[in-house]
Amino acid sequence: MCATCGCSDHQHAPEGHTHSHSHDHDHARLHDPDAGPGHDLDHLPGHEDGHGHHHDDRDARARGVIQLERDVLARNALLAERNRGWFLGRGILALNLVSSPGAGKTALLERTIRDLGATLPILVIEGDQATARDAERIRAAGARALQITTGTVCHLDAAMVARALRELDPPPGSVVMIENVGNLVCPALFDLGEHGKVVIVSVPEGDDKPIKYPHMFRASDVMVLNKIDLLPHVRFDVARCIAFARQVNPRLEVLEVSATRGDGLEAWYAWLRACRSGPGATGVARSG
Amino acid sequence: MAVHELGIVQQVVEIVSEASRGARVTRIVLEIGNLSTVLPDAVRFCFDLATAGTVLEGATLEIIEIPGLARCRACGIEIPLELPFGTCSCGGTDLEWLAGGELRVKEMEVA
Repeated sequence: MCATCGCSDHQHAPEGHTHSHSHDHDHARLHDPDAGPGHDLDHLPGHEDGHGHHHDDRDARARGVIQLERDVLARNALLAERNRGWFLGRGILALNLVSSPGAGKTALLERTIRDLGATLPILVIEGDQATARDAERIRAAGARALQITTGTVCHLDAAMVARALRELDPPPGSVVMIENVGNLVCPALFDLGEHGKVVIVSVPEGDDKPIKYPHMFRASDVMVLNKIDLLPHVRFDVARCIAFARQVNPRLEVLEVSATRGDGLEAWYAWLRACRSGPGATGVARSG
Repeated sequence: MAVHELGIVQQVVEIVSEASRGARVTRIVLEIGNLSTVLPDAVRFCFDLATAGTVLEGATLEIIEIPGLARCRACGIEIPLELPFGTCSCGGTDLEWLAGGELRVKEMEVA
């Protein structure tokens, strides 16, 4: 694990956290006597995150500057890696579904469960600020679902997902869909331990969403362009939307669907099956 | 304003409280990359609120902003980035970020 940022895997570094430092950094720097007067940065045995440069009580009481060099999201990254290992060990494919509110995440899941549920075990973790309405919709479609209500928090984090997994207890070989809080900003920052992010954008939202919320589209593996049945009724240029998305993320796959009318869903199902049959159920190609 | 900055400051408080072992912290230095989704002004705005009643209460907040820098995967040259995407002079848009994504607690000063 990298002691500067706390991450353990380049490929799965949380978005917004791209390494600027090389991974052969000089760890002796952390023990630089110039780091602060009177600071002997002792190692504490058994320290959980492996950083090891904590200070004993004597040091903490001393005065001066202490170098920390700690990634702010290191704790979430650690928990996310734990989730990822948990999924991998059980051959579970986990996907993080993100979009603005109302783009059709739940509708896409309902339809997917109705079409594939008989052959593919799908379980859903629902994130919303309030109510269990979405989990009820998923259960009505025929899948097990667990609702996380985040209160004022605008995203799911790895700890919330870990707690949900203990309760949901998905069987080996299943697919866990994590429907994030409807928000195109904050969820980009928080790795949940998923194998890939699916960003859903719907036609009525406008074709410039990818360039207005670049972080999320950069962090995602596939863009599902939903509600294409509404194209005759709204101003939306599909080619322009895809061009914006690829400008932000040249490796982004694009699927055009209508979750309600059924257009393009075979391609979405083929994508899901391909992810599932990838090596160790990690068939999603991560973009750097 | 995006609301995740409050959560970010709470993570900072957690990291600093653990490292200081209860000692009062008078100053912290954060590094925030221009390509991270975190706005320095929003962090400053919620810092006092989020640190009230913690070891960081009343501490001075210093933010070092790190400009974005990327390498074009097509031609290999380095280009500055002001947004989390861009186009290289060769026309390439597949960019590897070298700097600007940072979100780090760099140092603290204890009383």
